[in-house]
Amino acid sequence: MSEFMFLYCGGNPPTGSPEQMQKQTQKWMAWIKDLGEKGHLKEAGHPLERSGKIVKGSPKMITDGPFAEAKDLIGGYSVVLAKDLSGAAELTAGCPILDIGGFVEVRPIMRM
Amino acid sequence: MEIEDHLFRREAGRMIAVLTRVFGVHNLALAEDVVQDAFCRALEVWKLRGAPDNPSAWLMATAKRRAIDVLRRERTARTFAPELGRLLDSEWTLVPVVDELFCPPEVDDGLLRMMFSCCHPKLAEEAQLALVLNILCGFSVPEIAAAFLSSPPAIQKRLVRGKRVLAAARRLFDLTDADFAMRLSVVQRALYLLFNEGYHGASAESAVRSELCLEALRLTSILAGHRLSGTPSTLALNALMSFNAARLPARVDPSGNLTSLADQDRSRWDAALVAQGRQLLTRSANGQSISEYHVEAAIASIHTNAASAETTDWEQIVALYGALMNLRPSPVVALNRAIALGRFQGPEQGLRAISEIDDVERLASYPFYFAALGEMELQLGRREVARTHFEDARQLARSEMERRFFQERVRAC
Repeated sequence: MSEFMFLYCGGNPPTGSPEQMQKQTQKWMAWIKDLGEKGHLKEAGHPLERSGKIVKGSPKMITDGPFAEAKDLIGGYSVVLAKDLSGAAELTAGCPILDIGGFVEVRPIMRM
Repeated sequence: MEIEDHLFRREAGRMIAVLTRVFGVHNLALAEDVVQDAFCRALEVWKLRGAPDNPSAWLMATAKRRAIDVLRRERTARTFAPELGRLLDSEWTLVPVVDELFCPPEVDDGLLRMMFSCCHPKLAEEAQLALVLNILCGFSVPEIAAAFLSSPPAIQKRLVRGKRVLAAARRLFDLTDADFAMRLSVVQRALYLLFNEGYHGASAESAVRSELCLEALRLTSILAGHRLSGTPSTLALNALMSFNAARLPARVDPSGNLTSLADQDRSRWDAALVAQGRQLLTRSANGQSISEYHVEAAIASIHTNAASAETTDWEQIVALYGALMNLRPSPVVALNRAIALGRFQGPEQGLRAISEIDDVERLASYPFYFAALGEMELQLGRREVARTHFEDARQLARSEMERRFFQERVRAC
């Protein structure tokens, strides 16, 4: 098994009634749980705040975010285990970010 | 950790109630933003990390932090709750004051004050219900529209008007106010109607209907659990709802058809709710006066005590409907009394009682009036007459489920 990073990118900010917000939350939790139960989850990872800073150049220049277009902003990450890259890509099926106009970037983690 | 069903909805009401105490009722929209923000944060964090051990406390703490940020940022630009005066202006008092309002007994008080505020006598009952559902039960405009079989713009209008009245009051209802008792009866009535809307209402989808009932039951339990509003009549109302909610699972059979009380599979009644109803009814008995809720709860308890329609104590039910007629006369109550009398003394007596109902023309669009006539005629073997009545009932059906129910009765003739 190899390790891959899932980067959850973009997607419209969550909206809706409390009941709908709860449904979205539960959908995510169920999706992550399912990955874990199937032995694909190395690390559930963390969500990332929307704010931040960008540090560049020499001499050092620090600017406030946002960094990318909102549509590409990385909102969180997880580390998964899969046989190969295409197997890892298939694991994104049912990821709730796909329902709200976002995408998952799947990147193999390099190991020595 | 799994999240309990409808947790967000329930917590929305609790958070709004506290936040409006801090921000003032005129800043309701700001409170709603903070609540939405707390849910967004929950979604972001819980989706990967799982729900915390105490999700309610997590949401409350998140809303509190955000509220303090807002107060610091906007205290020069806005006026907040007039009751808190200058306490929010100083860093020395700001956090302790907010901390105190967010502690659990204060949250309950806030919830109650909001409930009383939503039931402003200036508002029509339908506006009160829309406000309660929106503010205290976290229902969105489309969700309320679906529950009341109304259009979202109509509900939106009702809510905007209602919130204007709330804001104009400047402060939340004070539980020590002189007209507490009067307002309590308005609140009870609103919750009673909310329950009935779910129980008998026109909305076809059974899931929506039972949700309204359960929300009404939840709010009534909060009302009953508070030292000021837990009066005998509130306990009786809570008992009534517990008995009726116990029967909810049996009202619709497995194929989605409405089932009459007589034909319900009584083993599907919720025993825990029945027991809760009994306990509440007993506790409601230590007052000076008997409310309509006492009588209705007593009727419901007789039904839940009986193993079948045949072994039900109809004599007692007739007497109780008689008592209800004295407290709250209406053609529907008179009709229910006549139906019970028909069960007790036979269909001729029942039909005679129906023919004696005052203002019977007010039942002209009530399908169960014709259904009652149909049942009694059918028992007397007058199939043709019965069929006409059931056809009338079917014409007046308010939902597909009701229509199918009456269609079955037409077929039985």
